[in-house]
Amino acid sequence: MMKKIICTLFICSVSFQCFAQDLLDVLEKETPKTDQIVTATFKGTRILNGHSIENRKDKELEFLISHRFGRVNLGFDELFGLDQSNIRFALEYGLNDDITIGLGRSSYEKTYDSFMKYSLLKQKKGANSFPFAVSLFGSVAVKTLKDFDPSDKRTFSESLFYVGQVLIARKVNSSFSFQLTPTYVHRNTVRINEDPHDIFALGLGTRIKLNKRVSFNSEYYFAMDESKSINARNSLAFGVDIETGGHVFQLILSNAITMIEKSFITETTDDFFAGDIHFGFNISRTF
Amino acid sequence: MKSIYVLLISFLFAYHTHSQEQYLTKNGAITFFSSTPIEDIKAENNQVLSIIDVSKRKMAISILIKSFLFKKALMQEHFNENYLESDKFPKATFTGDILNFDGVETVETKYDVKGVITIHGVSKQIVVPSIFKRNGETILVKGTFNILLEDFDVKIPRLVFKKIAEEINITFEFNHKPYN
Repeated sequence: MMKKIICTLFICSVSFQCFAQDLLDVLEKETPKTDQIVTATFKGTRILNGHSIENRKDKELEFLISHRFGRVNLGFDELFGLDQSNIRFALEYGLNDDITIGLGRSSYEKTYDSFMKYSLLKQKKGANSFPFAVSLFGSVAVKTLKDFDPSDKRTFSESLFYVGQVLIARKVNSSFSFQLTPTYVHRNTVRINEDPHDIFALGLGTRIKLNKRVSFNSEYYFAMDESKSINARNSLAFGVDIETGGHVFQLILSNAITMIEKSFITETTDDFFAGDIHFGFNISRTF
Repeated sequence: MKSIYVLLISFLFAYHTHSQEQYLTKNGAITFFSSTPIEDIKAENNQVLSIIDVSKRKMAISILIKSFLFKKALMQEHFNENYLESDKFPKATFTGDILNFDGVETVETKYDVKGVITIHGVSKQIVVPSIFKRNGETILVKGTFNILLEDFDVKIPRLVFKKIAEEINITFEFNHKPYN
């Protein structure tokens, strides 16, 4: 009998609690448990030199202008490298939220490049959480600089370069993201027979958000089995993203002078720590 | 033993009336407008939760910031990342009392709802004139009001200052159904 009374009192007290419950708690309880896709892992479509997992959104067209100047250790006479300049300009377009295509032209070796980037998996929070995002990147570049012997003309297919990348990124929290980028580069033509046609590389990129509009990025590509004909070095870059409305400005310091994967990953020759550093920037305008 | 039955029955009865008094919606609509000579910005959220307790004359609203949809994806990203900081402050809420409440009629009746609105982690007292109407089982509540961005510590950088109005117009429409 006593037990039953206690039990009843207990039930009543529980029901009383429910009764006195705050309306906001009811709403909290009724909120559907949906997955949330993690956004803005990186601010731009590039970490610095290389691609990030970020895509252009559906039907958005972006005009991208990138510059890399000469070495800062050239000194005052060359205005710390600013007298020399490599430029790439490109149009990049979102076919939908997950696929971005682009066409670009670099002044370095008069190279045209085309690429496609596909967002395969997204980082998610919630019931079906997923710890990282995965994108696939493929690019074909054609070198049109006529640096061959007139008697030994290079054909179109001999001028082609291919790049395949898997971009794996995670936004750890709102101020830190990183990306691992296994890369494969194939060159149809190499300078000397000892140079490899296929080069594998691994990229590591990070983003540290300094405040709402500025972040500090770094990017390193470690290439295995590099070209013998040139003293190829791994590319390293540090820079800041500055965001203003519809633009992202990226200011970059790097030992690479080129802005497409096949070049900066496999053809960089400057030594960052010997002061062979190039100032550069990427500016994008979205329409 | 009898007294236990009485208690249990009264508990059931209490529970029953309690459920009749609350009305809830999970897909309420909130739209906001920012209008300047340069650019009109509009965003919609159709997944707003709202609840009315008729007997207590109370109302509560819960809004997931990430559920606001913009025409331009970049605007939506800026809204979440830079202005409302939805990672830090995922929800906006309102809780308040319906003043001089005299029941919900089948004709539109105007009541002031007074309470606390919390956006971007900042809470503020507010009175929102709202229209209440009963349609069969459902209770419709709708209205419009303005808020100032600076009241909620939402800072707009000078470069885009001219594109975003300081005062934002908010309209809402909730069709509450009996809850449980």
